[in-house]
Amino acid sequence: MSTSKAMQQSAALRLSSGAFLAFWCLLAAFPIFWIAVMSFKSPVDAFADSPWDVIFGPVTRAGGDGLSVLDILLGLVVLFFAIRWAFTRLPGLVQQYCPPGLIVLGWLVGALVYAIAFILVFFGLLPIILGPLNSLLGPLGTPVIGLTTDHYVAVWAENEFYRNFLNSMLVTAGVVTISLTVGTLAGYGLARSGSDLAFWLLILALIFRALPHSVLVAGYLPVFINSSEILRPIFGEGAPTLYGQPWAVIAVLVSINQPFTIWMLRSFFQNIPAELDEAARVDGCSHFQAFRRVIMPVMWPGVITTGLFSFLLGYNDFLVTSLLLDAQNQTMVPAIAGYFNRETTTTDQVEAVAAAVSITAPLFLLVMVFQRQIVSGLTAGAVKG
Amino acid sequence: MKFKTFAAFVGPSVFMMLLFIAAPLVSVFIQSFQVTQPILERVEVETCTPGFLTQTCTTEVKTVPVLDETGKTVTETRWVGLQSYKNVLQMDKFWDAVGQGSWNDMMQVDFWRALRFTLTYTLLTLPLVLGVGLAIAIAVNNATRSIRGPIIFISLLPFIITPVIGALSIYWLFVGDGILTALMERWSGQNISMFAQAWTIELLMYFYKVWSSAPFAFVIFYAGLQTVNMDTLESAVIDGASRWERLRHVIIPHLMPLIVFIALIHLMDTYREFEAIVGFRSQAHVISLQWLTYDFMTPDDAGNRAMSRASASAMLTMIGIVLLLILPLRRTWRDHKGSAH
Repeated sequence: MSTSKAMQQSAALRLSSGAFLAFWCLLAAFPIFWIAVMSFKSPVDAFADSPWDVIFGPVTRAGGDGLSVLDILLGLVVLFFAIRWAFTRLPGLVQQYCPPGLIVLGWLVGALVYAIAFILVFFGLLPIILGPLNSLLGPLGTPVIGLTTDHYVAVWAENEFYRNFLNSMLVTAGVVTISLTVGTLAGYGLARSGSDLAFWLLILALIFRALPHSVLVAGYLPVFINSSEILRPIFGEGAPTLYGQPWAVIAVLVSINQPFTIWMLRSFFQNIPAELDEAARVDGCSHFQAFRRVIMPVMWPGVITTGLFSFLLGYNDFLVTSLLLDAQNQTMVPAIAGYFNRETTTTDQVEAVAAAVSITAPLFLLVMVFQRQIVSGLTAGAVKG
Repeated sequence: MKFKTFAAFVGPSVFMMLLFIAAPLVSVFIQSFQVTQPILERVEVETCTPGFLTQTCTTEVKTVPVLDETGKTVTETRWVGLQSYKNVLQMDKFWDAVGQGSWNDMMQVDFWRALRFTLTYTLLTLPLVLGVGLAIAIAVNNATRSIRGPIIFISLLPFIITPVIGALSIYWLFVGDGILTALMERWSGQNISMFAQAWTIELLMYFYKVWSSAPFAFVIFYAGLQTVNMDTLESAVIDGASRWERLRHVIIPHLMPLIVFIALIHLMDTYREFEAIVGFRSQAHVISLQWLTYDFMTPDDAGNRAMSRASASAMLTMIGIVLLLILPLRRTWRDHKGSAH
């Protein structure tokens, strides 16, 4: 797009708009960046007055944990090549070794293998090589930045945060699969039916979306706690207590998410020309076959985008999971509340920071990989109205 | 599409929404008029302690819960009419405060405190989010193409991050002698603590909300800016419109449907603010309506949940969001009808 002469901007305007952008980026990234830095320092450094002390961590360094110039350089080089490899070669390998039709599964396995290999190289192989190298090099090998992974070890190993992680994964995986299955069917039906009923269903869904979640949870809680007595006439003695069950929470989150899901999927389905399913119907497909064999194969971008937002809802939820799950089945986000409730020493505080960063890291990767889909999902509903 | 096929496609989704959204609403509505309590009975208990010559015995009347054969407490559910609403609203205290013209007394009642904060929070951040979002969108639209991707990436972070953790990450910058508090103390030479009084916490919360919601407005405005008609803009330039006039008379009218959309979503999402209260740990100073309901529902020290009061406050919260959304929804409805004819 070439700008005509009339539309050109003065240097001052360009400069101020650039400065504003730089300021916004600093504002957007700083809190997240800063907690990431804090989580690697000893408590004294993490809550130091001077920002330089937090970054360079003199106390952490004095404790013997630190990175030398060589460590930093080599680490950055490995990181750079690892990321490049992930974006250039990994997709090809997945395509090559994955049986057709199971491409989603193939990607999951590929990402898992890649993550394990990365952790082995970065945290296993690299320190072994760098140890002797650092002692050989003298001044280049002495630590300049204090850095310790103690808090992560404490959070994940000693406090068994991996249990919460597994619960989070269970809940989010359930939410994503079920809400996509139910949502695509409904979204397709709503997009292809021009009836008044479809319109009113969408309006109803919009009203449901506005409801504060605590209103709904107030309705579930007494029923869920007493559910084994309420359900006994139907299921007999084996009637379950729904309170504390991950699958009950999955069902709740899926339903809360349905209004949003069907709105978004409907707008994606409307982009697919109706001639496509008419052609399939002429060839003798039923409505469902047309949906399954003709429409779904071209719907993947929309499904992935909606899946991302379902993932975010399940992963980020605090209110529903903290009220409806007991301590054993707690997911990561409410579990962090437990950290700051007993936050008495500064070590506890930094462990809470480390737990917070652990929760954020997968989201960071998610935005990195799926930025385009997230943006398209946000605009899908809005721009077309 | 025939009704039967339509029903088959939509059925599962509608069923889930009815079971898990509509049914709980009805049950909350009913619960808000009921109170479930353990049945208590008064028992005369004689306790004897060994004493000299004879035992000293005292009889006293104790109130104990009735137990059934399995050892559980027996509860009864009574209709209490509007009692739970009265407990939440505390109208007598409210009118006393109004009569004395004392704002502080009114803010002693949790519900009115929560309502005051939720409304200011929702209505004050709305123009800020719209303004900041539009400003970022215009600035990114001005920037060179190659840096747009990274800027969008960074901008998405506050929006995508878990809300509690977003709030916590700002909290940790200011708590105690966090680096930003230390920085402000060095500038002003005074001792500052950001979490000791309500208004500083509120300021941080407004900042948090704009920080976390502006990216959403930005992405949508940015997509909208791509569809602005360049010819109209150029003819406006030729007609001598200044940059500000072009923004005011060409770009903003073009973005109007998007502004309404963002306002609608923002009202819905900000009205149910909850995570910021948890993240900033502000419950002693500032609470929101959704947090109030949550607080009634969490078990107290004795393990009891105040379900009837929670239901009453949930119903009041719901009435609030309906009132708040009537105006923008009527506008969308009129637009919808207008475009249909």
